[in-house]
Amino acid sequence: MAQQKNLDGYVGFASLPNQVYRKSVKRGFEFTLMVVGESGLGKSTLINSLFLTDLYSAEYPGPSHRIKKTVQVEQSKVLIKEGGVQLLLTIVDTPGFGDAVDNSNCWQPIIDHIDSKFEDYLNSESRVNRRQMPDSRIHCCLYFIAPSGHGLKPLDIEFMKRLHEKVNVIPMIAKADTLTPEECQQFKKQIMREIQEHKIKIYEFPETDDEEENRLVKKIKDKLPLAVVGSNTIIEVNGKRVRGRQYPWGVAEVENSDHCDFTILRDMLIRTHMQDLKDVTNNVHYENYRSRKLAAVTYNGVDNNKAKGQLSTKSPLAQMEEERREHVAKMKKMEMEMEQVFEMKVKEKVQKLKDSEAELQRRHEQMKKNLEAQHKELEEKRRVFEEERVNWETQQRLEQQKLEASRTLDKNKKKGKIF
Amino acid sequence: MASTEIARQAGEGVRGVPLAGHVGFDSMPDQLVNKSVNRGFCFNILCVGETGLGKSTLMDTLFNTKFEGEPTQHNQPGVTLKSYTYELQESNVRLKLTVVNTVGFGDQINKEDSYKSIVEFIDAQFEAYLQEELKIKRTLHSYHDTRIHACLYFIAPTGHSLKSLDLVTMKKLDSKVNIIPIIAKSDAISKSELAKFKIKITSELVSNGVQIYQFPTDDESVAEINSTMNSHLPFAVVGSTEEVKIGNKMVKARQYPWGTVQVENENHCDFVKLREMLIRVNMEDLREQTHTRHYELYRRCKLEEMGFKDTDPDSKPFSLQETYEAKRNEFMGELQKKEEEMRQMFVQRVKEKEAELKEAEKELHEKFDRLKKLHQDEKKKLEEKKKSLDDEVNIFKQKKTAAELLLNQAQQAGGSTTLKRDKERKN
Repeated sequence: MAQQKNLDGYVGFASLPNQVYRKSVKRGFEFTLMVVGESGLGKSTLINSLFLTDLYSAEYPGPSHRIKKTVQVEQSKVLIKEGGVQLLLTIVDTPGFGDAVDNSNCWQPIIDHIDSKFEDYLNSESRVNRRQMPDSRIHCCLYFIAPSGHGLKPLDIEFMKRLHEKVNVIPMIAKADTLTPEECQQFKKQIMREIQEHKIKIYEFPETDDEEENRLVKKIKDKLPLAVVGSNTIIEVNGKRVRGRQYPWGVAEVENSDHCDFTILRDMLIRTHMQDLKDVTNNVHYENYRSRKLAAVTYNGVDNNKAKGQLSTKSPLAQMEEERREHVAKMKKMEMEMEQVFEMKVKEKVQKLKDSEAELQRRHEQMKKNLEAQHKELEEKRRVFEEERVNWETQQRLEQQKLEASRTLDKNKKKGKIF
Repeated sequence: MASTEIARQAGEGVRGVPLAGHVGFDSMPDQLVNKSVNRGFCFNILCVGETGLGKSTLMDTLFNTKFEGEPTQHNQPGVTLKSYTYELQESNVRLKLTVVNTVGFGDQINKEDSYKSIVEFIDAQFEAYLQEELKIKRTLHSYHDTRIHACLYFIAPTGHSLKSLDLVTMKKLDSKVNIIPIIAKSDAISKSELAKFKIKITSELVSNGVQIYQFPTDDESVAEINSTMNSHLPFAVVGSTEEVKIGNKMVKARQYPWGTVQVENENHCDFVKLREMLIRVNMEDLREQTHTRHYELYRRCKLEEMGFKDTDPDSKPFSLQETYEAKRNEFMGELQKKEEEMRQMFVQRVKEKEAELKEAEKELHEKFDRLKKLHQDEKKKLEEKKKSLDDEVNIFKQKKTAAELLLNQAQQAGGSTTLKRDKERKN
């Protein structure tokens, strides 16, 4: 439908990116990062190292310093500014994770927390009166793997399996300064093998059209999972002040890419893929949550066979509208059928009545005719009889007269009246 | 540093911490921009104005290209909207531009309903977006946004005031779209007339409560230029795709016997200002205003119309699921009720009809019972008559027999007499 058009001169919409830049800076940015791992794996130190600040300090202690009996989920919010850009950073801690003797379901509070953030967002998105919605959804989950050197623990696998479809999971090898480079390589290979085996979907770096970028991305992919070291202390090495861990045998430098993958993590997490992590959360994880939630609402009460397997692309309102129309059509049909049956029955009955009436009428007619016939017959008989009688009576009279006459004659004869 | 919206939202309680070095999140705007550039941009312009005001020419001039469309005649029976979508590219920025033209606007004798098709079109785009947003499985990030981001309203260069059609239309559109009024074919107005005309138009708009789009002045980097431009509204423009040689350059212009009107000369017309404001400075803001203000208003009205509220009577906080479920139950209940009602109605009808038929049947039987009785009476009478006749016949027969007997006797007696007489006679 869209046509390609060539421009004959400079129009000026190439400034759109600048307009977007301006507006985004004015608005400010927000990012929520969740860190999960057993106590003592250096989570707080890593956060402090990543953001070059004392997010966790004596005043605001990190998760390991807070002894918890059950897994808690806690948030710390800070506002950091750099180069004109403001970032509202929320770090979500999970103190107590993996620390109990029985760790079954220790991931549940975490899942609940993630879901509740999705729920909040869904509700504010669905309000009638919407305002600018704060986005407190979890954009990234850094999962700390203990540097055992062997492979993933069952808890690691279980956790990642349960969360990989709810949040961007980035597994990392913590305290990597306890592994030699060879051990680290082996460990990484083993972990990636196990991740593939269990079909865990960790966060994937997006492909771009840019060749250069793709090469970088490939390099990162080869190093997964990233092995990191964090530090709160600054040490002087060769005249430079660096963050590092001082050992008798040397200094493990945090930002030295030969020593660990910290810089890769920092660059990836903050400098290049922060926006993408947010986008994937919004477009994939949140949408999954939303469609599952809304499908449950829509199909509540409706025949489950319809709902099986296929999620409708319609909105619940459209769904209801369609159901309503279906029902109305069904009712109309039912009404028509009932009407038909009704009419038919009425017709039948009326017909029967008519037939019955006709029958009775016929019989009545017949009987009447019969009677009339009989009447006529009787009349005829009477007439005949009357005629006969009259004749006979007349005859009788005649005979009588004759007799009278003859008797009179005889009498007269006897009397000698007649000669 | 000025406070950002995010900081304001976070509130007072948020602590700020100093950074001990360069972390690197200042690349966030760039990351965001890269994403947008990859996705491409989208912009939709609606041109409203009477036929012949140079809308298509202005679009061609603004975007330095020739867009589709034939110049239309004045005999359109109603107002229709024609939209064309184009893919434009400038350096690495891709723009999907949709130009919507009103065809036949202002041509009818009765223009009362002219604004209706425009409003319907704008609402239809909002509706499409709303439907997508409400779907269970949706793809908002790759949705082609067709909502109108800017409405260029072309005012005829009469030099006097706004036409009533213009006021009515703009009033209907101002809550639905960003209106940018422009004086079309402004090379027909002299400079002094133009100044008066602009003042007249602005005051008429204000007195009629028409909200036109104001260029935003809250962002420091563009506040100054925007507020200056705001005072030049409405822009008086001239469009032309023909080029004329001025000096040793080819410029877009309109050539008259008395001189040449150069489109891009700021002394001649406000075309450059329009282009600057519309495209180079505020395109993104226009899009954002459409989304956060006009669309939200539409959505709010639509949802309220459908009966959604943010809190229920008990003032419990809003939960999407509960609302949907409540709506659903209400609606199912209604359907059930209707079904019941219909059934009841039928039961009633059946009962009534049955009673009717029974009545009729009863009447029929009564009628025939009466007839039967009549008939039986008749029969009885007939029987009686028959009987009486038979009696008479019998009596008569008896009489006859008796008489005949007598006669025979008499005859026998008289017979001999008669015989004697006859004998005597013979002798």
